Amino acid sequence: MSETNGHGELPGDGPRPGTHGEPAEQGYPAAAAEAPAGPRRVIGTPPPAQARTLLGRDGPTAQAAPRELPADPSDLGKAKIAERIAATCFIIATLAGIGFIAAYIGLPVHSVDAVLRSNLALGTALSLAMLGLAFGATIWVRNLMPAVELTEPRKPLASAPADRAAFAETFEEGTDASQFVKRPLLRRTLIAATLPLVVAPVVLLRDMGPLPGTSLRHTVWRKGLRLIEDVSNMPIRPSDFSSPGGMITVIPEGYATDDDALAKAATIIIKLRPEELQHPTVLNWTVDGIVAYSKICTHVGCPVSLYEQTTHHILCPCHQSTFDAPRGAQVIFGPAARPLPQLPITTDADGYLVAQSDFHEPVGPSFWERG
Amino acid sequence: MSMTTKLVDGTGGWLDDRFRGAKGFRTAFRKIFPDHWTFLLGEIALYSFIILLLTGTFLTFWFQPSMTGVVYHGSYKALDGVRMSQAYASTLGISFDVRGGLLMRQIHHWAADLFMAAIFAHMLRIFFTGAYRKPREVNWLIGITMLTLGLLEGLFGYSLPDDLLSGAGLRILEGVIQSIPVVGTYLAFFLFGGAFPGHDIIPRLYILHVLLIPGLLLALITAHLFIMWHQKHTQMPGKGRTDQNVIGAPFYPYFMAKTGAFFFFTFAAVALASTFAQINPVWLYGPYTPVAMSAGSQPDFYMGWLEGALRVMVPWEWNVFGHTFSFNVFIPGLLPLGAIFTGLALWPFLEAWITGDKREHHVNDRPRNAPTRTAIGLAGITFVGVLLLEGANDLIAEHLDISLYTTTRIAQVAVFAAPVIAYIVTKRICLGLQRKDQHLLEHGVETGIIRQLPSGEFIEVTRPVSENAHAVLTSRSQLPTLPSPDSADENGIPAPASRGALGKVRARLHTVLTESVELTTGNGHGGAGGGNGHGQASGDGEPAHAAVPTGGPRGAASGDAGTSSSSGSAAHDGPGHDGPGEQADS
Amino acid sequence: MRWITARRRHPAAGYAVVLLMLVAIGMGYAAVTGTSSPASASAPAGTSQRQIADGQSLFNKNCSSCHGLEAQGVSNIAPGLIGVGAAAVDFQVSTGRMPAKGPAAENGRKPVSLNAAQTHAIAAYIASLAGGPAIPAPAQVSTSGASVAVGQQLFIANCAQCHNFVGAGGALTNGKYAPALTQATPTQIYEAMLTGPEAMPVFNDTAITPQNKRDIIAYVTQTRSSTNPGGFSLGRIGPVTEGLVAFLGLLFFMVLAAMWITAKHGKTEAHE
Repeated sequence: MSETNGHGELPGDGPRPGTHGEPAEQGYPAAAAEAPAGPRRVIGTPPPAQARTLLGRDGPTAQAAPRELPADPSDLGKAKIAERIAATCFIIATLAGIGFIAAYIGLPVHSVDAVLRSNLALGTALSLAMLGLAFGATIWVRNLMPAVELTEPRKPLASAPADRAAFAETFEEGTDASQFVKRPLLRRTLIAATLPLVVAPVVLLRDMGPLPGTSLRHTVWRKGLRLIEDVSNMPIRPSDFSSPGGMITVIPEGYATDDDALAKAATIIIKLRPEELQHPTVLNWTVDGIVAYSKICTHVGCPVSLYEQTTHHILCPCHQSTFDAPRGAQVIFGPAARPLPQLPITTDADGYLVAQSDFHEPVGPSFWERG
Repeated sequence: MSMTTKLVDGTGGWLDDRFRGAKGFRTAFRKIFPDHWTFLLGEIALYSFIILLLTGTFLTFWFQPSMTGVVYHGSYKALDGVRMSQAYASTLGISFDVRGGLLMRQIHHWAADLFMAAIFAHMLRIFFTGAYRKPREVNWLIGITMLTLGLLEGLFGYSLPDDLLSGAGLRILEGVIQSIPVVGTYLAFFLFGGAFPGHDIIPRLYILHVLLIPGLLLALITAHLFIMWHQKHTQMPGKGRTDQNVIGAPFYPYFMAKTGAFFFFTFAAVALASTFAQINPVWLYGPYTPVAMSAGSQPDFYMGWLEGALRVMVPWEWNVFGHTFSFNVFIPGLLPLGAIFTGLALWPFLEAWITGDKREHHVNDRPRNAPTRTAIGLAGITFVGVLLLEGANDLIAEHLDISLYTTTRIAQVAVFAAPVIAYIVTKRICLGLQRKDQHLLEHGVETGIIRQLPSGEFIEVTRPVSENAHAVLTSRSQLPTLPSPDSADENGIPAPASRGALGKVRARLHTVLTESVELTTGNGHGGAGGGNGHGQASGDGEPAHAAVPTGGPRGAASGDAGTSSSSGSAAHDGPGHDGPGEQADS
Repeated sequence: MRWITARRRHPAAGYAVVLLMLVAIGMGYAAVTGTSSPASASAPAGTSQRQIADGQSLFNKNCSSCHGLEAQGVSNIAPGLIGVGAAAVDFQVSTGRMPAKGPAAENGRKPVSLNAAQTHAIAAYIASLAGGPAIPAPAQVSTSGASVAVGQQLFIANCAQCHNFVGAGGALTNGKYAPALTQATPTQIYEAMLTGPEAMPVFNDTAITPQNKRDIIAYVTQTRSSTNPGGFSLGRIGPVTEGLVAFLGLLFFMVLAAMWITAKHGKTEAHE
């Protein structure tokens, strides 16, 4: 019967590495300084297996506990095959990783075709590397690690009543000592002091944006402002736009790069036959069957411009709100609740289409103050 | 000495001298993790998030979050000379002028899609197995919060390149915010720094997307994982699995290896998609202009149901005393979102209130054993699904040759009818599956052996189900019965939780929610209090916890040394029609 | 002859006769009907009276049943063709839309049934009725010197809301749709803009100048064949197909991986 020290080692072993010559502290016995009495150990030879025990849950045990995990899988032959397969996967991954770096260095970009080649090469290499690692690791854990099924108890999550009571006691003592409950003046003034500081960060956000004011009610359209085609920036004469069934997007002249203005001022003009226009289209606001409507959908603001020449319907591609062009862009389907506002247009002295004024109602999505 | 000894005593010793980690690490390394493929769904989200962090950091080195207009002269010749924002131009730069840039962009976007898909799948798994019950309600709430944050994070992320498609999405967002009564215009102007589009939205979304929300997500993920670690993961019903134990393999090396392998699988999946499937080709959409729009515009799928809600709504608006109530906008914008997320958040507490179940649960429910809960979940999925399909209704109309308006009309009906039908059908299916389980328990499994009895009758020999299957089939959480609303104790005081109108409502909901086919364990399948799984309910509504000693070198003294009931090896004698019980264990 | 009659009772005699008759009918029909060659962008021959006369007889045979003998149209069946011009006819016939199978919400592209010469003849006839836009000459539709970038902006501004940002098509109301532009020739694209076929609006040469039309044609023709550097294009219709790939591809792959990693060694779960 051999004596064991606190670590369950037999005295025949050499001093454990790291403990040689350390003073006894924390209850650990001092390491033996004299030559060991048992079989001589050569440096590098691992000590016998019994010497290395796992600490039990409740601290060092007097006897060596059995292994919790088996050292090797049950079928070593299959394990060897599995090892080969996993190693192959890892080798593929290694090569793929090198391939990734090579592809990065070797393949340029700067054109669509070059980017295709580079993306394919880099992506394939990365995918292979990841797949190799994934497959290899999975085969390792499934076929090389011995299968185990172990059990661990669950303790109820609630603390033991004694612990709870102890905490309650500590908390009460501390609260008493802090005087927080006993001195309402102190407490209330402290709370009062923190309140403005809590509100302050919210207040600091005030300058994130201007107040809307009446800006949502107006666009930049005004009397005499020419309608120009989007992108080509050409002004339009009615004679240029005389084919029935025509539709084109127009913007106010001078605002081609002002997205904030365009987000409300974008307009479509549609060429209908004059006799096709009906109430509630305002005929005074049209020119020779050409009617102008706001392009900003009254639902949530997408540009509306899908025009069906045969049915004279304006369809918004976002949520399918449909407006009837000859009849004042009344809503005939979809979630929009209001017709598209009509822009009053006329011609100027040179014969180009111009606005008579701003829209007579706010354009775009509804808002609380709209009225 | 061996490699492990050197590591433990060398590096480990150095750290242990400073942190005293030996005991804690040992506990951690020995921690048991139960195994089931559905437990890996949350890991998909976790690893997608890591991939997002890595690729996102790469992208920040080149992306310029500015709406200042520039004229493009980069490598994508089809847009040469076009005016665009710096954000869009830098995105083109990443795609065409940075090696690996397009790959990183695509990995980032595919990982985001996978992140959201995995969160949905994970959340549904938690819901249908009842893993949100005590003690995991807080973790459930953290999860719902992360779902919301993920939604916003994705929305902000794909809006950063300022292309036509995502810019249209921002326009719609602005229109929805603007429609909110009283404060809508102020909120919209504060968010966008003025009128739409302004110059501030992209830089603001950028800092939300790269700093604020990822920081919150990191913190919440850490809390989520820590809670899961501390409370131990749930486990699927099976032989020997109870609320008092956890059966599986230790963290080191098994779980580490499996989860590591799964990380590589996640990365591999996203990398494969990014190599062979183009995603978010912003160069084809063109830079954002508020004057133009493309047909077939949809947001990413996790926002698609909100888009569908906007399309399905009827044009309802009130103009009252100079003010406009845009029901047609803020109802679809806020109601489905609010209803689903509030419902999800409140569900664990609602269910606990209705059932009166205050116990800890660590063994998952089989969805069929909670028919009403499963049916409600399917109804919710159907609701979201109808809206999702409606969100793509123009593509459906075009490619499946259905009239455009018809798709919306169908959706307007289906959004109410389909969840109801889904609820009814699902509940019936669950009850039917329960009856099938009951049949298996009572009659055993058919063996295919036909035997002729001396009387001339032919019977099929059955065998009892295997031990593990028996454990699974009989695993049911026994729900407590509530005192009835009319009952009173000896002093005439009615039970506080059951009295009054609320009590009657609760009683009725309790009946509906706990509707289930009764589990009778049949002849000879263990006595009272026997069998695996949960103990039988005793009359006072507090079921006994059955502690089951199990095999393995550990598991000696457990917290409560309950009755050592018979484990799964209880004799299954005399089931079915045959004489001598055919013992066929798996 | 005696050789044939001597074998009139041969077992294969019946089959031989049927085969012979089929070949004869087929050859005869091929001789009298036009070949369906794809329409080209060749310029029409100079309009002559002969061509107009041919066109009129072709029109009466193929078109008048719906469009009326005077091309005046029949309400709810087919629109009148007075003033639509040669370009409209060339577009409709060279894309195979016309002659239509029957009244439908949308007449889509289908195999052509009249060759280029016949198409031009009918076009000349219709043009002779009341003028209208002419078939564009090859120089008019040539994209050399055209700017794809300008075309992109014009296309996004005027066309994408129906045809989608790369011309992949889009839905209209009541069964109509804006078709994908993958097969349209430069001439057909020009003619479509010029004449506004079906529900498409009219973009005449003063609304969108010929140079701008060439820019648009350059954008459409280059983009539809452009390389997809990120992999398969998934249809170029946006996040819907991407979401399908995310669920049916990515998540499904991950579920399979999860099942593999967690499967028990050798034993299957006893699910009876």
